Amino acid sequence: MLKDITLGQYFPGTSVIHRLDPRTKLIGLVCYIVALFLAKSYVSYALMALVLISLSALAHIRPKTLLSGLKPLMFIVAFTGIINLFYGSGEPLVQFWIFKITANGIRTAVFMVLRIMLLVCGTFLLTYTTSPLQLTDGLEKLFAPLKVIRFPVHELAMMMSIALRFIPTLIEETDKIMSAQKARGASFDTGKLKERARALVPLLVPLFVSAFRRADELATAMECRCYHAGEGRTRMKELRFAAGDIAALILCAAAIAAVSVLRHYGL
Amino acid sequence: MPIIKVENLTHVYSQGTPFEKVAIDKISLEIDRGEIVGIIGRTGSGKSTFIQHLNGLLKPTSGKVFFDGADIHASKEAARDVRYRVGLVFQYPEYQLFEETVSRDIAFGPKNMGLTEAEIKERVLEAAGFADVPESILESSPLELSGGQKRRVAIAGVIAMMPQVLILDEPTAGLDPVGRESILQKIMDYRRETEGTILLVSHSMDDVARLATRLLVFDGGRIAMDGTPAEIFDRAEELKAMGLTVPAATEIALALRRRGIDIPESIYTINYLRKQLVSLRKGDGAC
Amino acid sequence: MDEPIIRIEHVSYTYGEATEPALRDVTLSIARGSFTAVLGHNGSGKSTLAKCLNAILVPAEGRVLVNGMDTADEEKLLDVRRTVGMVFQNPDNQIVASVVEDDVAFAPENLGVPPKEIRRRVDDALKAVGMYEFRLHAPHLLSGGQKQRVAIAGVLAMQPECIVLDEPTAMLDPIGRREVLATVEDLRREKGMTVVLITHHMSECIDADRVIVMSGGSVALDGSPKEVFSQVEKLRAEGLTVPETTELIYGLRENGFDLPLDALSVDECADVIADRLKRKE
Repeated sequence: MLKDITLGQYFPGTSVIHRLDPRTKLIGLVCYIVALFLAKSYVSYALMALVLISLSALAHIRPKTLLSGLKPLMFIVAFTGIINLFYGSGEPLVQFWIFKITANGIRTAVFMVLRIMLLVCGTFLLTYTTSPLQLTDGLEKLFAPLKVIRFPVHELAMMMSIALRFIPTLIEETDKIMSAQKARGASFDTGKLKERARALVPLLVPLFVSAFRRADELATAMECRCYHAGEGRTRMKELRFAAGDIAALILCAAAIAAVSVLRHYGL
Repeated sequence: MPIIKVENLTHVYSQGTPFEKVAIDKISLEIDRGEIVGIIGRTGSGKSTFIQHLNGLLKPTSGKVFFDGADIHASKEAARDVRYRVGLVFQYPEYQLFEETVSRDIAFGPKNMGLTEAEIKERVLEAAGFADVPESILESSPLELSGGQKRRVAIAGVIAMMPQVLILDEPTAGLDPVGRESILQKIMDYRRETEGTILLVSHSMDDVARLATRLLVFDGGRIAMDGTPAEIFDRAEELKAMGLTVPAATEIALALRRRGIDIPESIYTINYLRKQLVSLRKGDGAC
Repeated sequence: MDEPIIRIEHVSYTYGEATEPALRDVTLSIARGSFTAVLGHNGSGKSTLAKCLNAILVPAEGRVLVNGMDTADEEKLLDVRRTVGMVFQNPDNQIVASVVEDDVAFAPENLGVPPKEIRRRVDDALKAVGMYEFRLHAPHLLSGGQKQRVAIAGVLAMQPECIVLDEPTAMLDPIGRREVLATVEDLRREKGMTVVLITHHMSECIDADRVIVMSGGSVALDGSPKEVFSQVEKLRAEGLTVPETTELIYGLRENGFDLPLDALSVDECADVIADRLKRKE
């Protein structure tokens, strides 16, 4: 049931994008998001869409897969579109009751919808081509300078990595606990808000108890494998910038520049 | 009238996605009151999916499930009601305990059934008795108990609903020999006192050989074999080909037959094997 | 070397708020390259003993020496744990990464092993447990037996001299159990690994070099499997069962059959019974 969520799922591969250093991809995503928010015209959005499509092609992701990643968010996307549709300024094209649709409204709605979709697809591209370990390693290295002010960079990265690893396991466990409590007559989808909140107790208490137990056992297992925090740790898969990364970072800068220029010229 | 009847039951997970899987495929069978049915099969053969249909937790993709003659999905009430009549104890049930005290956890089922305070209290004490949960721990927190005690509390929680059919999925998983023996004994006591129907899903051929009057062998979402333990374990080679084990007594009997000892067919308990060997020796002329 | 790999000397241990000690003055040695099985009912001290072997628990009295290193010595902690690896009961709660090979690399990464060497060790470890084809898989999609084998590989990557397995098959189905036990057997034979196996399942102990039965924190029985399992009455008093083969033979002896109590495997058992019956003809 819940196990079928592919959002955020990593798919191993050897494409150009897969082989980029995760730091490049993280920086790239930030640039992509900045560019998306700078975009203000159909031209800019088309440019961003083109960027997305080319990157997906380079990563060997089929458009169908990319779109399926959007499915869980269709509700939010549609909701955002509709809200923006009715809150534009200017001359109303259509008006009924207190709702008016303006040309401006339509434009904003389209841009907002596009922005969300492109944003989600961009993030999807990152998680599709970068394993959780690479992501946390990349973040750990990017934020390493913060160690100077005693910021627990390694610990946070390790926590994130372990959390990501346990998400599917905990989802499975939630399923099991729900089934067991339903077998004793519990109901998770009826009643008013207050009742539903109370109905979550038989689900959340065992889940938390279990999570603590797992954490305890995992910590022991980690110590048995000589874990002693970040000092002196090496990596099997070292992060190294290569020519491809330099090229990618240059392209990122170019994308932001292009959108800024377009924006400057009112596009 | 069989207490449970299943007609062409099929369940497909994730239909229409690339992860589509047919977990059970057109299963039809009847279970009579009072039977002790052992359900065996490899992991992934459909056993878990099947039993979750019997108490309405899962809805069939196609086919019907009848409890005491009535279609359990005929109405929403019927579907809810069947959960109290067909009690399902999952694997490692101790991981579902959540209440502040043992007695409140055991009371969870009866409370959901809408019983009165007095009835709930009675049920809790009765169930605790059946599952060997001592009165002294009724007011303790479930989290303070040992693994074996927790499991008994969880089982009591299902028994407290007084289901007519009790389904247990691997009730002895992870327990030491003493714990295993104790749980199995409790199950038999419960059945004797209530004359209920028991379904026991287990990987332990020895447990199932001892207790069951009928065995269902699952393989690839279908029922590959359905018969008495004698009939089933007689087909030891087929069971092994399916990746299943046979009771130790059967293995020894097979080994003896390979050495030319004429043991009667279908042996599956050590006790019975011993008796056969004793009478075999006497039969050759005592000295 | 004839020096035992682990020496346990007059070890006692009591858990935080407990009134009774979990281990009482236990003394024994584990021989290099041997396969020792440790049995006992829940609460007998077997798990506590296992945890003292690699300094998860440090004894209150007495000491544990691993290759001569005292487990209480904090300076030697990593060396002790590198030498004696441990595999636990719950396959899920030992796996730290989202990709199999990343998890197996965890231990050598902690030890500061150079990257190329880590790669070599990870590949070797995965091949040793038969999981090399799964190196890029996500652990949560594996079966219980496969997960446990990955956990074992994770320990192997440290290149330990001894592996302690604390009820490794308790949560597995029969197929998973077979896989794990076969893997342990391979490690013993092909790598000369010292193995300490804590278990409830009598059948897993039949091929051990030595069986230790714990009870109330002390060693109740200690000998070869044949020696230990023949003491049927004593085992039953400890709340343990015996292998079914032994149960059969014990019962037949009570019926006047003259059979040795130490025919533990199915084949041995069938051999001696068939032999007796044929002799009567």
